Amino acid sequence: MKSKSRIKLAVLLLLVLSAGWVLLNGLSIGTYRVLPVKEAINYGLDLTGGVYVVLEAQESEDDPVTDDKINRAIATIRQRIDGLGVSEPVIARQGDKRIRVSIPDIQDQQQALEIIGKTAQLEFLSPEGEVVITGAHVEDSNAIYQTNNLGIEEAVVSLKLNSEGTQAFAQATEEYLGQVIEIRLDGEVISAPVVNSVISDGEAVIQGMRNIEEAGNLAMLIRAGALPVQLDPVEIRSIGPTLGQDSFDKSVMGGMIGIALVLAFMLLYYKAPGFVACISLGIYILLFLLTAALIGFTLTLPGIAGIILSIGMAVDANVIIFERIREELRLGKSLMPALDAGFRRGFTTIIDSNVTTLIAGVVLFALGSGSVRGFAVTLMIGIGLSLLTTLLITKRILKLFINTSLVNNKKMYGA
Amino acid sequence: MKVNITKNHNKFFMLSAVLLVVSVGALLFNGLNLGIDFIGGTIVQVDLNQEFETEDVREFTDKFDESADITYAGEDRHQMIISTRIDMEEDQRAQLIDDLTEKYGSETEVLSIDNVSAAIGNELKAQALLAVGVAILGMLVYITFRFEFLFGVAAIIALVHDVVIVLGVYALFGIQVNTPFIAAILTILGYSINDTIVVFDRIRENRSKYKRNDFVNLVDNSIHQTLRRSINTSLTTILAISALYLVGVQSIKDFTLPMIVGFVSGTYSSIFIASSFWYMVKERRRTDIKVK
Repeated sequence: MKSKSRIKLAVLLLLVLSAGWVLLNGLSIGTYRVLPVKEAINYGLDLTGGVYVVLEAQESEDDPVTDDKINRAIATIRQRIDGLGVSEPVIARQGDKRIRVSIPDIQDQQQALEIIGKTAQLEFLSPEGEVVITGAHVEDSNAIYQTNNLGIEEAVVSLKLNSEGTQAFAQATEEYLGQVIEIRLDGEVISAPVVNSVISDGEAVIQGMRNIEEAGNLAMLIRAGALPVQLDPVEIRSIGPTLGQDSFDKSVMGGMIGIALVLAFMLLYYKAPGFVACISLGIYILLFLLTAALIGFTLTLPGIAGIILSIGMAVDANVIIFERIREELRLGKSLMPALDAGFRRGFTTIIDSNVTTLIAGVVLFALGSGSVRGFAVTLMIGIGLSLLTTLLITKRILKLFINTSLVNNKKMYGA
Repeated sequence: MKVNITKNHNKFFMLSAVLLVVSVGALLFNGLNLGIDFIGGTIVQVDLNQEFETEDVREFTDKFDESADITYAGEDRHQMIISTRIDMEEDQRAQLIDDLTEKYGSETEVLSIDNVSAAIGNELKAQALLAVGVAILGMLVYITFRFEFLFGVAAIIALVHDVVIVLGVYALFGIQVNTPFIAAILTILGYSINDTIVVFDRIRENRSKYKRNDFVNLVDNSIHQTLRRSINTSLTTILAISALYLVGVQSIKDFTLPMIVGFVSGTYSSIFIASSFWYMVKERRRTDIKVK
């Protein structure tokens, strides 16, 4: 019994430690690879850096916002962001009139903010103010260098018109030869060239760009097309990669110090059961990270608050049980019966206190959004796992530990 | 050691009353310093990578808001946080960053931009209040079902007590309140109720061991029996959060600070306020019956 238990405990410790090691460092056996848990968890923009924008479609009486417009706007925004060459943007509809865009890991955040919500309605206007061609007539657009008539190389946006546009443009350049055709973007004049010759090949350029980046942005906006509806940003969060990384590193460090302090306290104060609590909390943290990675939820800063609360509650469940065992021991019971009674009597306390907190979690998940929801998810997972580990795992390990007879002095169990 | 919570319950009520009056007073006179998440506005955090004077930055911020708030940030005060109630336009933000880069060189790095319209802020406020309200109601129903209605009321009183004190501390010191604060308040909600339930659970369990009307010993002994647990749990949790607070960046400090205040208050209220309140009402009812 004694030596068998000791072997079991040693195996268990080994398992927990190696599982912990694999979660932290990852593992690769042949082609099979386990990612370190740090890489397997999704992080919110507040921890990685990135751009988050909520756009609201502006409605006017004669121009109502329709599902179709929102969907087309989403498609256009997607095309624009793809043009930036970033990975995994999330563009989703939120409610009736809003579009939520989040782009993780983006270096040039200013550029993203400039292009995401721009209507980008391109118009060529005749001297009389009539629209000759629009962005819809453009087949392709690129940023190129061109030498202007002063012999200076400048960045311009080249336009390749479709057949309808080519025809209209040829007609207009013939009609307004020697006059000015204004090029407007969202009502603002960006270039006002004088027509020097009839352009019948459907090729045009837009001058007046400050640099090649500006020309590139405009070319990309023209390629993706104009938004079918005016979108105004109602919420912008742009977290630079440095700050995101800093928040992440410091949260991890703070969290590890915090957990170390908690484990040290449990070990020093509760001695033998405290040692078991450390194993059990270790398993709890492993399960939590594993669940987080498996269900693919997104960890944010408020989510970390949820984790702290759930660790607090996991520790609490252990403390409740150990205090009960202590009381039973002081009544003169021997270890095993005291342990059974402690768990039995602590059970309802733990269930009631956790269910009450769980109710808060469920309500917040159902009614909240964004960060409130992120908090609720971590809290619910945390409570579920904490109940599981304390009521099932801690009990087994504690029994096993008593059976090893490594520590027989009842004082070490709180008596 | 013998605890005399019930005998001294008026003293604890007095102490809490003073704290609550100060808190409510601060809330009424100072008000909560609501951040842009709730009232709309813009916050730009920039790392200039050198020492600077806020006065020098003023000329740039005056362009969009003469009452913009400029504060130092970062360990070596090389960073600044510009906060304004103006919902800054794209080109205004670009202008500001251009101005800063021109003056302080290309080392200038934009750490974060937060821009929220007032409408979003109001929605967030309404949503958070609704969620907290429904959560409290749900917990009250559960406690009534598992314990009794009066325990539920006492637990909610302790809860409101804690939340008001946290709000009061924030109003008193004028600390800015943004979305992370909601997460913190929610955590305090969960923690405070959990803490109170453990004490009530013991009262429920002990009830059969005492004479029907011996509320004094029932409450005092129940609190005594759970005291070590209350203190140890609070201590460990506060240890963990304090570590996070001391190490963390601004946004982590934003939600760990209210949690520390709330957890201290939560521990206090579940030991001294919730059970005392339950005791007081029970005693009153008993005297009422006697008088009849």
